[in-house]
Amino acid sequence: METILVLAHTETDGSLAKPALEALAAAKSLGGLLVVGLVGENVQDAANSIAACGAAKFFGVCGADFAQARYATDAAAAEAIAQAAGAPVIIAPHTSRWGRVLAGVAQRLGGRADTHVTAVSLVNGAPAVTRWYYRQRMEAVLQRAQRPWVIALDPGCVAPWRGEAGTASVEKVAVNLTDAHKRTTVTGVRAPKAEEQTIRPDAKLLFVAGAGWTKKQADGQVHVAEAEKLILDFLKLTGASLGSSKSLVDLSGEGQAVLPFMTHLNQIGQTGSTPRHPKGLSTCCHGEEPHTVGWRFINERRAISLDPSCGWARGKADVLYVADAFQVMAKVNELLAAKKSS
Amino acid sequence: MSTAYQIVVCGSIVPDPLQTLEPVSTPMGPALKNEMMLPAVLDPWASHALFEAAHLANSAPGSKVWLISIAPKAKLQQVMMTIAQKVPFELVALDGPAGGFTEAAEVAAILADAIKAIPGLDMKRLLVFGGWESASRGAGATMQMVGELLGITDQFQGVDQITVNTDGSLEILERIEGGKHQVSKCAGPPAVLGWATGSLPEPPNNPQIGMANMRAIMPALQRAKPAKIAAEGVTFVRVTLPKQLRETKIVKDTPAYEIAKEIVAWIANE
Ligand SMILES: Cc1cc2nc3c(=O)[nH]c(=O)nc-3n(C[C@H](O)[C@H](O)[C@H](O)COP(=O)(O)OP(=O)(O)OC[C@H]3O[C@@H](n4cnc5c(N)ncnc54)[C@H](O)[C@@H]3O)c2cc1C
Repeated sequence: METILVLAHTETDGSLAKPALEALAAAKSLGGLLVVGLVGENVQDAANSIAACGAAKFFGVCGADFAQARYATDAAAAEAIAQAAGAPVIIAPHTSRWGRVLAGVAQRLGGRADTHVTAVSLVNGAPAVTRWYYRQRMEAVLQRAQRPWVIALDPGCVAPWRGEAGTASVEKVAVNLTDAHKRTTVTGVRAPKAEEQTIRPDAKLLFVAGAGWTKKQADGQVHVAEAEKLILDFLKLTGASLGSSKSLVDLSGEGQAVLPFMTHLNQIGQTGSTPRHPKGLSTCCHGEEPHTVGWRFINERRAISLDPSCGWARGKADVLYVADAFQVMAKVNELLAAKKSS
Repeated sequence: MSTAYQIVVCGSIVPDPLQTLEPVSTPMGPALKNEMMLPAVLDPWASHALFEAAHLANSAPGSKVWLISIAPKAKLQQVMMTIAQKVPFELVALDGPAGGFTEAAEVAAILADAIKAIPGLDMKRLLVFGGWESASRGAGATMQMVGELLGITDQFQGVDQITVNTDGSLEILERIEGGKHQVSKCAGPPAVLGWATGSLPEPPNNPQIGMANMRAIMPALQRAKPAKIAAEGVTFVRVTLPKQLRETKIVKDTPAYEIAKEIVAWIANE
């Protein structure tokens, strides 16, 4: 097996997040010589936290300029470490920060990149990656002749590396920055207020709301306020992450009755996200293919829809409850609240 | 300060997402069954990039929008019939494969050359837009590589919003983990922006825009040079469809309370 560089960035507190430890575990599973490259304001604590991982060498690019997730400085840092390490295979976590730069870095290095990789393996003694094509519709295993080969591993696909902390000796790699690297400044993060934060990547359950919540019900009326309360109460009681169908989040652009806490960031599917959760509960959603491709990595799936012949019934869910989601979710919330207070 | 932008949108075509897709192997590598027969649409996130480009151009007088597309000419022409009615742009067409199993680096090299060949290109006014990921390869790699080949190192991915500040700098919102946006201030063009859904609804069809666009689109399609794209150096070990069907248990005619009990038990079950 060829030498592998695991390339990671630190978090604002100087630690390594789970996706970085997952990339490390994936690299170790291939065998071969391992080197680690770290980028961030400070990298020593991060290096120490994985001192026992078996890396032959630790490289680091650090300083205040590398605190922010900015293309120009991140690409320069990653390039410098890759040059210093000279490893033919580079494995990195596909975080939003690395996702922005890794393909550009591969281009700079004269190599190739594969992103959103879900597994690495050896095929005939050489590394191979697994990734999905056509928005999770088909899965491919592929190998490449070009080097360096930059592999961005999606978070949540591999058990993270665990081991004792220690003391690592980090070889500092210098990067010459000019004003051109600093034309962009990251000024902050815009996030909903904590209590309105409905997207929770680590939640055990994904709760999906479809357009049905805003449609006329049996009494000929829409019940958006009731829908809002039922959904938010459920999220509060379970800590579930909130997903949406496209139709529901598009409604706001069309001036129709909407659930104000939903945005396109909640959208699951073809033009939305493909989150990873152990369970998913769909409500008032038809389960059409462009939506359900976003459920590829949801293990157990249940759905509540009035329509017995909706997409969920056709092999897309484990259980379909043909029922009124307003009624069912009201009872679910009652039971959950009673359980909490008991 | 006002800048007239040159906005180049990179975007190709993909099969309509309502279609069922099946991989087949060909002497050239994997492909889709009946690929040339499948109805196509402009890649959804690239469409958002195009709408955002037109919106920005509209607010900065003197700006112009190009759409550069590498796709089989005949299919691109079909897609242009609808897209041309949405917003004003000039098409630069290249006749080549648009499938997901082609190599991003090869596509990027051709796109970058096509951008460099735009007459009167001015890097100080250039914004390169595209989708942050395609609906075919879904890698989010092409735009970064195009940027590198053009020497543009102010790059943004998963963009949902761009605002031009009074001093000409750009405020850009990018999607990051956990339903949040990273906010950046970029001094100005040149920059690469890979768009997510953005913040604009799809523009309605406007036949007048369509007619004006089509006058230049037809000759652009006729001029389309062949683009040789494959996946040099890549070996696909296998391409498979996932086990698609679950055995769905359908629960009907059951009181809401009973269903609720079952769901609560299921949620609690580790
Ligand atoms: C290019 C493209 C990209 C797309 N990308 C996506 C994507 O990323 N994500 C996505 O979701 N879609 C996507 N779509 C759209 C997709 O095809 C569907 O139109 C959409 O998913 C439908 O949303 P829905 O199921 O919420 O709404 P509807 O189809 O309106 O279904 C509503 C459902 O709610 C049920 N219902 C109503 N009231 C109740 C009640 N009281 N109790 C229980 N059930 C009730 C109805 O029976 C119905 O089944 C895309 C389409 C295209 C063309």
